[in-house]
Amino acid sequence: MARINLDHIRHAYGPNPKKPSDYSLKEVHHEWNDGGAYALLGPSGCGKTTLLNIISGLLQPSEGKILFDGKDVTNLSTQERNIAQVFQFPVIYDTMTVYDNLAFPLRNRKVPENEVDRRVTEILEMIGLSDRAKKRAQGLTADQKQKISLGRGLVRSDVSAILFDEPLTVIDPHMKWVLRSQLKRLHKQFGFTMVYVTHDQTEALTFADKVVVMYDGEIVQIGTPAELFEKPKHTFVGYFIGSPGMNVLPAKIDGSSVDLDGQKIALSFAPKFAAGAKTELGIRPEFIRLGREGMPVSISKVEDIGRQKIVRATFANRPIAIVVHEDGDIPAEPKITFDPAAINIYADSWRVADSLLVGGEA
Amino acid sequence: MEKTWNNKAWFMVLPVLVLVAFSAVIPLMTVVNYSVQDTFGNNEFFWAGTDWFTQVLQSDRFWDALTRNLIFSGIILAIEIPLGILIALNMPKTGLGVPVCLVLMSLPLLIPWNVVGTIWQVFGRVDIGLLGYTLDAIGIPYNYVNNVFDAWITLIVMDIWHWTSLVVLLCYAGLVSIPDAYYQAAKIDGASRWAVFRYIQLPKMKRVLLIAFLLRFMDSFMIYTEPFVVTGGGPGNATTFLSIDLVKTAIGQFDLGPAAALSLIYFLIILLLSWIFYTVMTNSDAQS
Repeated sequence: MARINLDHIRHAYGPNPKKPSDYSLKEVHHEWNDGGAYALLGPSGCGKTTLLNIISGLLQPSEGKILFDGKDVTNLSTQERNIAQVFQFPVIYDTMTVYDNLAFPLRNRKVPENEVDRRVTEILEMIGLSDRAKKRAQGLTADQKQKISLGRGLVRSDVSAILFDEPLTVIDPHMKWVLRSQLKRLHKQFGFTMVYVTHDQTEALTFADKVVVMYDGEIVQIGTPAELFEKPKHTFVGYFIGSPGMNVLPAKIDGSSVDLDGQKIALSFAPKFAAGAKTELGIRPEFIRLGREGMPVSISKVEDIGRQKIVRATFANRPIAIVVHEDGDIPAEPKITFDPAAINIYADSWRVADSLLVGGEA
Repeated sequence: MEKTWNNKAWFMVLPVLVLVAFSAVIPLMTVVNYSVQDTFGNNEFFWAGTDWFTQVLQSDRFWDALTRNLIFSGIILAIEIPLGILIALNMPKTGLGVPVCLVLMSLPLLIPWNVVGTIWQVFGRVDIGLLGYTLDAIGIPYNYVNNVFDAWITLIVMDIWHWTSLVVLLCYAGLVSIPDAYYQAAKIDGASRWAVFRYIQLPKMKRVLLIAFLLRFMDSFMIYTEPFVVTGGGPGNATTFLSIDLVKTAIGQFDLGPAAALSLIYFLIILLLSWIFYTVMTNSDAQS
């Protein structure tokens, strides 16, 4: 297992990139801890697979260096980096048995046969396919095949990291939960460094210790699920994480008072930002209280989703979403208040630090 | 579930039955008709039973021609299939090279068979042919007209030139359908070039290879036009395949009975061998 350093990595697919927009992956400079479980989360085309392929060595970055445990591996091939990768669609060697599939990476590396047998038996146990060891891999179901792909990664005792590229796309929903919790258990048990690419926030938030949110070729925030939820660093993170996403309202800010199209709110701090920046206020639907006091809203629709109700309303000429408890009362003349601790201020889409007391800043 | 019985449904099937009857069943039956009777003209027929079949099966001529067919098909399959795979593996997967290669590969397939024969007939001639003349000039004795070995070499090289493309195109179609993830996974698993071929490319090409193998077997077993144009079955009977022998019997000697019997035997051999190949090759797939 290894600590991964991404040292000023940039990547462009075309030759001679000049403008920032030529880069599919804008500058990434981060250190990922040994044994951490990271999820790369973002919409399709945001550069997460590019970043993953750069780490695995299937792609050479245009600029920058990658270090595993302090050793520069930028110019090393995938084999030499000792990376395991699980792809979106299960890759199995059809003509081989399940056992031979798992033994394949070891045999290619000339591992002695008794060691191969020990490792493969262990992995078969781990992924629960011991009873099919001698069967051909061809007739298996998609989730069993994906387990084999995973097993081929786990079988090598020396892997630096295991990378997952949307591995559960083809798996049935109920199997997704099972596989994901198995992965999580394996991670706890063996402490692999794991990087998991997905566009599904539930998958990312349940799998990872740290979620890396990417948007338009850039890492916009790295944080724990709680940090992403409470202190989104970019309005995109606010929209993307949470269901429904964060309400982002245009706001005029003067010192510590906020003007939301006529509605005034006092902040507990005075945000600092460059003059002329586009300022916005972000508040999650979960932190808006609906009641008889506060600022007036007009409700357009109430969606009952079981444990909660999502109220769609218009506030200060903007649509907002409010989450109300199942038995929550919706008054005839509804008014709302914002939980002051849950207000985030954004200048040009980036979050403005509220105070030194609150964590989650970088 | 209640089924609806309606005899009018047969009318739906009728057009196909009529078409098949006229295109296949009736012509085949006339052959069967000739194979069990003797005729001396005037539309008079005499029952001959299985005499013609016995005669054909007991003649050395038949067995010699059949042996030539088997040897010829064996040789061209042993060369065209591996060569086709090799070329397909080395063809470009992207870029301008793809259409260029595909067009070049398709060209021999588009040439009418007797033209192919004529091309090689001229190409190999010692007096004016580029190949024959060149070989002669550099001191290699070559004459497909009177040397058995040279005649066979010419026919085999001609068939390879003509038909390897078919194998290439089929294999190429199989290869490009392999998702990239397989190659990436193989890289990560540390697979050698040979292992990638053996465990990824070959299994994925299996189905198209089966088709290529069957098509090339059937076609080469029925080869007629090209050897007829190039060697005319000679020197002697050295390149007289069953098809050429059949035409000699039927049209040259006007022995319709034996020719019909030979046709049926010929047809059954191809059917039988194709079925055996197909069964063997698909069975190895099912065993798991």
